[in-house]
Parts: sequence; C-alpha cells; structure tokens
Amino acid sequence: MNTLKYQSQAVAKPYFIFALILFVGQILFGLLMGLQYVVGDIVGMLIPFNVARMVHTNLLIVWLLFGFMGSAYYLVPEEAETELYSPKLAIALFWIFAAAGVLTILGYLLVPYSTLADITFNELWPTMGREFLEQPTITKLGIVIVCLGFLFNLGMTILKGRKTAINMVLITGLIGLAVFFLFSFYNPTNLALDKYFWWFVVHLWVEGVWELIMGAILAFVLIKVTGVDREVIEKWLYVIIAMALITGILGTGHHFYWLMTPEYWQWIGSIFSAMEPLPFFAMVLYAFNMVNRRRREHPNKAATLWALGTAVMAFLGAGVWGFLHTLSFVNYYTHGTQITAAHGHMAFYGAYAMIVMTIISYAMPKIRGIGEANCNKAQVWEMWGFWLMTVAMVFITLFLTGAGILQVWLQRLPESGEALSFMATQDKLAIFYWLREIAGVVFLLGLIAYLTSFFITDKKATA
Amino acid sequence: MSESFTKGMARNIYYGGSIFFFLIFLALTYHTTKEMPKRDHRENITESVARGKALWEKNDCIGCHTLLGEGAYFAPELGNVYKRRGGAQGFKPFFNAWIKSQPLNIPGRRQMPNFHLNDQEIDDLAEFLKWTSEMNNNNWPPNIEG
Repeated sequence: MNTLKYQSQAVAKPYFIFALILFVGQILFGLLMGLQYVVGDIVGMLIPFNVARMVHTNLLIVWLLFGFMGSAYYLVPEEAETELYSPKLAIALFWIFAAAGVLTILGYLLVPYSTLADITFNELWPTMGREFLEQPTITKLGIVIVCLGFLFNLGMTILKGRKTAINMVLITGLIGLAVFFLFSFYNPTNLALDKYFWWFVVHLWVEGVWELIMGAILAFVLIKVTGVDREVIEKWLYVIIAMALITGILGTGHHFYWLMTPEYWQWIGSIFSAMEPLPFFAMVLYAFNMVNRRRREHPNKAATLWALGTAVMAFLGAGVWGFLHTLSFVNYYTHGTQITAAHGHMAFYGAYAMIVMTIISYAMPKIRGIGEANCNKAQVWEMWGFWLMTVAMVFITLFLTGAGILQVWLQRLPESGEALSFMATQDKLAIFYWLREIAGVVFLLGLIAYLTSFFITDKKATA
Repeated sequence: MSESFTKGMARNIYYGGSIFFFLIFLALTYHTTKEMPKRDHRENITESVARGKALWEKNDCIGCHTLLGEGAYFAPELGNVYKRRGGAQGFKPFFNAWIKSQPLNIPGRRQMPNFHLNDQEIDDLAEFLKWTSEMNNNNWPPNIEG
C-alpha cells in the first residue's frame, strides 16, 4: 500500500532507522559511564571514561542530526507540495554522513585520542579536544559538506514549491545550525576567546536555532494529527520561536558569568535566560490546545502522545531545570556540578530526542506503507516505550539533581579548608549514582519496547 | 489567541525581535572582546602555555575534568588546580609526580589513564594550567576545592 503524498519523502527512512541505531549506542555507552561513576575501574583502562563520554555525547548529536535531516526530507516536500529536488543526493549524503560518523566513533574506540589527532593531522588545523566538538577536523569538514548538500537540496525544493511558514522556519533553523557550526573551526590559543566562541556553537544551537527546528517539526505534526487550521498553528509557531530567540540569544550570557568577561553578563544572562522557559511553556499550552481543538480523530495515538510529551518534557527539562541554576548568584555555586548534568539529560531528551521520535512515530507508518498508523498492538508497545523512557528520564534527572544539591552543599558552599574535596564528595553521592543507573536500565527497557513496536504487525490483517 | 492578533504580526515580531536582539548580542560581543585582554592576561601566553593547551586538547582532558566549570563532571575542576596543589612553590613537582603515577589502580576508584607525557610536555601542561588559574573569571569557583 502506498501512503506517501510524494514518493521522495521515502528518503527519510534510512535517516530515521540509522538515527535509532545510534540512539541505542548512545544509551549503552551512557549505562557504561553511569557504572564508571560508582565502580571506577569496571572496565579498567579498556574504555576510559572520556572515550565513553565522547561516544555518548557525539552519538547523541549525530543521531539528532540524522533525525533532523530525516524530518526535513519528510516534511519539506509535503509542505512545499512538490517532490524533493534530488532524492539521489539525499541518499548519497546519507551514506557519506553515516560512513563519516561510524569511522569517527570507531576512531574514538579503537585508538587513543592523541593517536586519532595525529593520524587526522589535527596539528594542521587544531579543532579537536573541546567538549562536544571532539570530532577530527576532517570529520567536521565532512559535516559541513553534508550540511551544504542537504541545504541545497531542501532550498531547491522549497524554491520550486509552496513556501509555508513551517518550511521557512525549518530552513532558517537548519541554515543557522550550519552557520553556527562554523565556529567549531575557530580554536584560538587564548582559552578565554576559545571558550567564549565555543558557546556560539553549543548555546546558539540548543537554545537557539534547534528550537526553530523543533518548533517547525512540532507544528507540522500537530497540523497532521489534529486537523486544526494551519493559520492558527503557524501563528503560534511564530510566537513561540519569537520568544525563543528574543530570550535565548541574550540568554547566551548565562554561560559568560565565569569566563573572562565583563560583569554585565551576570545581569543580562540572568534576566534573559530567566525568560527562556516562556517559549517552552507556550509550547505546552499550544500542543494541548491544538489537540483539544482537534477536528479529526487521527488513528496514530502514539504520535499525538509523543507531540504532547515532547512539549511537556522540553518545558520541564529545558525550562524548569534550566531556570533552577540560571540566575548568576545560584549558578556561582552550581556551575559544573551534577545539577548541570541533570538539566542536560532531561532537556536533550525532552526537546530533541522526543521531537525526533514524534515525527518518526507520525511518518514511519506512512513511509513503510502501513497506512495512517501502526496497528493497535504496535502502538501499545510504542506507548510503553514512551512511558518507560520518559518516566526513567524523570528519575534520572531527579537523582542527578539530588546528587547535585548534595555536591553543592558539601563541596561548594563551605569555605576553603572546610569544603570537602571533589573526590571525597563524589564518594558521598554514590547512592544517587546507583539509583540513576537503575533508572538508566529502565530507560533501556523502554527503548527496547519502543524498538519492538516497529516489528509488530497485525497478524489478522495480513492473514 | 485572539483573532485581531494575526499571523503576520507574529511573524514580524519573530523577525524584528530576533534580528534586534542578535545585533545587541553582536555589539556586546564586540565590547566583551575589547575588555578581555584586561582579564585574560594574554601577554603571559608563552609558547609553553600554547603547547600546553594543545596537549590539553590532544588528550581530551575535558572528557573527564571541568576547566572553569565546563567539561565533564567525572573528575576534579582544573581551572584552579595550580592554586589548590601548591602554587608557585609546590605545583610543578606535585603535578609531574601525579601525572606519572597514573593510573593509580586503587580498586574501585575512578581511573585516570597514563598519557605517556615526557617531562617537557608535563611542564607545558603545568604552564597552561598556571596561566589559566591566573585569569580573572569573576572570582569563580567559590572555594579552593573547585
């Protein structure tokens, strides 16, 4: 059964599948790191923590990029009401990006990082060894080339088709993603400048242009599953992303408190980033509002659940947990503690992992020719996956927050001489780390249930 | 949302607002980079400090440690380790011995790899950490433990 409006939308399929494979890898390495937190020598020097962490965070970034690309290939033709400019280019770029990604991860795992730096000629243009930007320079160049080809393909599609608000917001977000990534090539010897402009990639991605991508995908899915008038949904979309950028751009200041920067950032960063939860709160109101005002009963209940879930979890993770430590006088004590880790986990899961799973949930039954939705039994498995992963992530966040509060209490608040050392403090946090690890195992079970849903078919219907 | 507030108005707020605040951000960034030399003491970046930063990156130290609070939260903050571990008198001998004694192989303890650095490289890394600890970062961390 063919259920796609435009055949070229099918190029999203390998992107989505590969994204989910990388997601599994991310979680497995997360579990290993969680264990290393409490049993430091669990794998000896076989996989040092920093290697596991690089694999964990880089797999996250790369699977989300695959997810965003798949989303764009799926929704841009449908919004533009035309076939994709070049499906062949999209497939070629898939293989290039997948090969580059796999080689980079294997490089992390198979040779010491310094060897990887040597064999990729890092000294010619050193960009490696900075958090999240650990990829060899040549991989970074590959990412730029893939992004250029991807943007060209989408741009040509939009140019020849309908220019909807969703398409324009999505393409703006994706262009922003590519442009701000260019700062990863700027690595001055002066650490003060290095750190300042490093945030132009990291913050302006996740608290800037990625929110445009998330908003566009959410708006697309909401139009499809609720049947609410496009005018209404697009108006909300503009309001939300306006709030996101108005608060988020100067909100970058919350990363400049403790760099070699003027004190005024403590005011600007505090005031603007304190307002960063607003767009996420608006997103919750909007998602629930649209679903309540739905004009059709879409058979894909799971996709609707993901759409509501991503709004709520993004608000909690990015909004509430971000606010917890964003004011400068609080951040002075919490900066670089487990509080940051707690926020990072829930924000990335809620805003970005879940938005990708939202569109996968909506699009995959159509791409696979199943129809508007998977059979009921598959949706039940998918929703079990949703709840297990989401509840597990709430507990991971709560346990890390507990660890963070105790860490601040023991290590940060007392005066020098009375404060406990970092390592002594870590020993006191062990119970929280064990509980986090258990929640992590539940998350993995949820992921298994979620993946199982793809293999469940309605036997009666096919018989 | 009320009917009198149209999609066009929302779009204009989005474009106008984000461009306006982005320009402010760029202006503040310009001002910040002009102020930075007073705080980062870049006149003290020797060749040894530069080599130390390259070594810091080449061995992915940020994958376990934080530096000025940024990085991984698995191992101690190193932005002020120079001051915590002896400063002008004691840091370099301590640091050299510490780096060479890794991994400590204490059962159950988090393990730091041995990066097989020579004395010159260890000294470069120490110089980088010394310079980092002497920058003015608005008096963070709150105490010596980092």
